[in-house]
Amino acid sequence: MSEQKVIMGNHALSYGAVTSRVQVVAAYPITPQTQVVELLSEMCADGTLDAEFIKVESEHSAMAASIGASAAGARAFTATSSQGLALMHEMLHWAVGARLPIVMGNINRSMAPPWTIWSEQTDSLSQRDTGWLQIYASSNQEVYDSVLIAYKVAENKKVSLPVMIVLDAFFLSHTSENVNLIDQKDADRYLKPYNPEFKLDIKNPHTFGGLTTADWYMELRYKIQKAMEDSIDVIKEAHKEFKDLFGREYGLVETYKCEDADTILVAIATAASTAKEVIDELRKEGKKVGLLRIRFFRPFPFDDVKKNLKNSKKVIVLDRNLSPGNGGIVYQEVKSALYNEPVKPKVYGYIAGLGGRDITVDTIKKLFEDAQKSEPAEVKWMEVKI
Amino acid sequence: MKYSIPEKELINPGHLACQGCGGALAMRIVLKTLGENTILTIPACCWSVIDGPFPYSAVKVPLFHTAFETAAITAAGIKAGTKKVEKEYIHSVAWAGDGGTFDIGLQALSGAAERNDDIFYFVYDNEAYMNTGIQRSSATPKGAWTTTTPTTFPKLESKKDLDAIVAAHNVPYQATVSVSYPEDFTKKLEKAVKKRGFKFFHILAPCPPGWKTNPEDTIKLGRMAVESGIFPLYEIENGENYTINMPSPKKELKPVNEYLLKQGRFRHLKEKDIELIQEIINKRWEKLKRLAGV
Repeated sequence: MSEQKVIMGNHALSYGAVTSRVQVVAAYPITPQTQVVELLSEMCADGTLDAEFIKVESEHSAMAASIGASAAGARAFTATSSQGLALMHEMLHWAVGARLPIVMGNINRSMAPPWTIWSEQTDSLSQRDTGWLQIYASSNQEVYDSVLIAYKVAENKKVSLPVMIVLDAFFLSHTSENVNLIDQKDADRYLKPYNPEFKLDIKNPHTFGGLTTADWYMELRYKIQKAMEDSIDVIKEAHKEFKDLFGREYGLVETYKCEDADTILVAIATAASTAKEVIDELRKEGKKVGLLRIRFFRPFPFDDVKKNLKNSKKVIVLDRNLSPGNGGIVYQEVKSALYNEPVKPKVYGYIAGLGGRDITVDTIKKLFEDAQKSEPAEVKWMEVKI
Repeated sequence: MKYSIPEKELINPGHLACQGCGGALAMRIVLKTLGENTILTIPACCWSVIDGPFPYSAVKVPLFHTAFETAAITAAGIKAGTKKVEKEYIHSVAWAGDGGTFDIGLQALSGAAERNDDIFYFVYDNEAYMNTGIQRSSATPKGAWTTTTPTTFPKLESKKDLDAIVAAHNVPYQATVSVSYPEDFTKKLEKAVKKRGFKFFHILAPCPPGWKTNPEDTIKLGRMAVESGIFPLYEIENGENYTINMPSPKKELKPVNEYLLKQGRFRHLKEKDIELIQEIINKRWEKLKRLAGV
């Protein structure tokens, strides 16, 4: 029997880790992530979760400890945010190069200075080139479900890469929603114990990560790219099996009224939920508009993005992030995905909601209005007070 | 009583260490006692190279290469992982150079020591960043030449007292050891193997290319370092019980000048510089004797 619980997004991550039977948790507190590790710490202490909890002295060490635990053959979990994720950067590369299926929650928070704790995706999108799979969630149920799906995908021998589950600070992390928790017996049918092909094994001693020259390094990188490409089918399979067992359906992307749309908004995370309201309103006015929410940003879902966007006339990309000197990061990637299509829509890029500023129904309506009457530009800013 | 160190070898010949490398000899001694139930974690240091390039490996136990500043915590993560997935007790060993320990890895070392993580931490201290070509670290002794402390402006600062820092964490067991005294080293390993929690070994590892010494003098230099008291051998239990092993606290220390002048890195030192170094050694030695209650 599954159980309904009203929980915040942070606790959805913790419960996801428990249902996934993680064996080692190493984490360091940072606002707005703290409740993730507080709850896991309590559950390790009271025996709800049979895991080793390492209360590390930094996020860099949180990732290094997760790497060690995973290399030893244990299922490892951690969570962080913003500055913590940036501090981990070196070890994010290490987890990928070592091909370790660690799962981490990242609560999106803007980068300092100035000090800030509110939502923005620049922290995790800055890590897009490390080789972590990235899931951007838009509800607490999706956060919880994604932890199981993430381990299922990460531990698949065709993938063997770590996965980051990303949720917006406060909009999800601290907002309580109804979440259906999966019964452990059912979860165990979906997610089997981690049984790595390679691990640090005293009975079969090997060295991992030894000095590798140009003779072989490139092949190892090629295999990481191949694993990312292969992960697309593994994700689809994991989603299908999840739906068969638990009824909830996920894709690499989520589409909303895209079929006949001539203008499609592309967004990630919770802004996409707000956008659905706008789509409904504009549809009532007879406008052919739709929404494409990118759930997996890595691997980038080229096929789904192209298939859904290529027949539209205008694509509006909403970025709650910024690559200074270029613009919105999702915009860059969506635009490049469409570039080789023989017939392609115009692609508009908008920056909005940085530093946790609300992206309201009105904000999104303004994007549609602006795109209706203007030509695309590399970067357009919404609601800037300068 | 005759005492012998284990005959078993868990390191192959053909590794890539320089001739006379104290760090390679230290690994040989350690693995003999810790045995096959050992997993090594090695951050960036000479041993990242010594073990051999892919697909070769000189050691006969599993080895995980990790980032420079993470030896202690990666080993702690491995320990936590093995506790969940292995039936047997496993010695999780962090094996780092002085740069990865005294400097960039100090935070992770302190974290693991404070948590009393059940790992061994070995620093093979060759007193500079030798793998990158002899740059000063905070383990480099006062007066030494390195490529970043030229003879015209040698290192002004004294060697960081890392053992005191570790002792301040009240860890169950810590010791200073030397490759020149393998029996003392092995006895301490045998003692530490029985302990649970954080075990710290500070190994003086002479480095012929970095110290500008002859490879055949490595063992001799290790002995001179101990006899002169510049690197005394001692143990600390629970951060408070000090035992001096060598040199004898009852005898006078041998003067340090012979040890210093045998090494190219100190050859620029003038008489008054050596006197100053001797004073520092004497002061530290008196402090150590006080702590040991002798």
